[in-house]
Amino acid sequence: MAAERSPASLGTADTLPVAASAVRGARRAGETAIVPYLFLAPFLLLFVAFVFAPLVYALYMSVFRDTLVGGRQFSGLANYIRAFADAKFWDGIVNLLLFGIMQVPVMLGLALLFALVLDRGLVYGRSVFRLGLFIPYAVPSVIAALIWGYLYGPAFGPFSQIARAIGLPPPDFLSDRWMLVSLANIVSWEFIGYNMVIYYAALKAIPSDLHEAAVIDGASAWQYAWRVQLPLLWPAILLTIIFSINGTLQLFNEPFLMRAAAPQVIGTSYTPNIYAYYLAAANQQYNYAAAISFVLGAVIATIAYLFTVATNRGRRGRLR
Amino acid sequence: MSMVGAVDAVVSYRRTRRRNTLLLGLFLIYTFVPLFYLVVASTKSNLDLFSTFGLWFASDFNLGNNLRDVFTFTNGVFGRWLLNTFLYATASALGAAFVATAAGYAFAKFHFRGRNTLFAAILGAIMIPQTALVVPIYLLLARAGLIDNPLGVILPTMVSPIGVYLMRVYIEQGVDDALLDAARIDGAGEFRIFRSIVFRLVTPAFVTVLLLAFVAAWNNYFLPLIVLSTPEYYPLTVGLSSWYQLASAGGGGQALFSIVLAGALVSIVPVIVVFLMLQRYWQGGLALGAVK
Repeated sequence: MAAERSPASLGTADTLPVAASAVRGARRAGETAIVPYLFLAPFLLLFVAFVFAPLVYALYMSVFRDTLVGGRQFSGLANYIRAFADAKFWDGIVNLLLFGIMQVPVMLGLALLFALVLDRGLVYGRSVFRLGLFIPYAVPSVIAALIWGYLYGPAFGPFSQIARAIGLPPPDFLSDRWMLVSLANIVSWEFIGYNMVIYYAALKAIPSDLHEAAVIDGASAWQYAWRVQLPLLWPAILLTIIFSINGTLQLFNEPFLMRAAAPQVIGTSYTPNIYAYYLAAANQQYNYAAAISFVLGAVIATIAYLFTVATNRGRRGRLR
Repeated sequence: MSMVGAVDAVVSYRRTRRRNTLLLGLFLIYTFVPLFYLVVASTKSNLDLFSTFGLWFASDFNLGNNLRDVFTFTNGVFGRWLLNTFLYATASALGAAFVATAAGYAFAKFHFRGRNTLFAAILGAIMIPQTALVVPIYLLLARAGLIDNPLGVILPTMVSPIGVYLMRVYIEQGVDDALLDAARIDGAGEFRIFRSIVFRLVTPAFVTVLLLAFVAAWNNYFLPLIVLSTPEYYPLTVGLSSWYQLASAGGGGQALFSIVLAGALVSIVPVIVVFLMLQRYWQGGLALGAVK
């Protein structure tokens, strides 16, 4: 999008007096050609050092194997073949898929519903809700997981206390069966308000005469939301879906914290990121850890890319 | 007839409004239960944590004692963590915002070889998951001997591709080319123009990027967890989680729970205050991302 805008901004040079554009041209062509690179240099330096180089280095590491006797040996795709046959790695992927299918639609659906309600203005105390629902985003995910961990806990968690007080068995939020739901609740709690604010900002950008036109045409509130607001909101929704898939596949903080409360449920390969962490930090299996994180990064980038392409195509088809 | 219709409309309008407020109100309660619980639990002694109802205060108000314990436990290391977090987040946010402003300016107002390719690469990097980079960064830092060094946490978090994107869009729209050319004709050097014209015009966007980077760095966990091993270097997130794990594991008989909870309260209050005070700026940043 932004790239398309650049010719327009450069076009203003045509409207300048001839002398000014001549000066500009001379400077551009001459000694100042290096200027944009100087402004870019600090970012590029950091970008190369902490995005590009780590990826290249991880790729390089992933095709080697450290052996006790022979030292570092080239092993080709052996680490990747090992990853594809590694049940622990796939268990983590399956956990993420289950988590994502359950959590992302609920989180984004609620965020969208709340944003539509707030935007319509049919609610008392609008700014209280807008700010209040956003506050969890300011809470570090580690602290959020820690608080929910205590809320869930069987020892002094209030839910267990209530259950015991009325003579029911305490709910087992941290059991193998409920853990993914409990984690999904934590992540939703953190991000519903954030996504709501994104949708709300996009809704505010829709011109109000569209609403007037729809009302004059006799459209109901639902029809207006469904036929006018949602299509216009699509770029924002797409953005949040990609961010959410991205976040899901990277899941680390919340399950890593919950591991302290339920070590028998969350093992060292509960998510691929947790697995990579234990492989690298605890077991010093650097080469295999590099392969795992490279596969994970590639999967995420591919999904995000395919998703963008597919939805853009679908959208163009519908408009035609 | 029309009067009746109007009254009906008003009644149904009020009813919708009440129903919507109730819906959002219920969700607001859900949102605040964990925060309320944290406040309540921070005021309790370890004994009361177990023996009184979690969502209401105990008769014994123990917040002062808990706070003192937080700041004195294991030689007052918590104060160090608080200071570290503040330093890391400030350094990282200032660095990210300055670097992104300069890069955004180059993309917005200069024509140079490789501009579109570079920008596409940076946009693509927004899609690269940050935590998928953590293990590769760790491997590289280990190679460079920057393990257990705060720089290994600060420098990687200065890279903000989304910040570059936001600054480019903002500078394209908010800085007039004619102004830059006028300054050039007057003989101002390029860095002078950047410092005294561009930078002043983009201050709101600069604050937005600064704020987003500050919060991201304040909340950062995975990278410092894997890079730092000396407790004196930990940020709050890593330090508190180590206490949380200690408490959950029984902690050698130590009654740690109230310390962990009070420490959690201390570490979220500054960010929430900053957010509420600077809401104009982060809302602007999120809106820019959504409307593009």
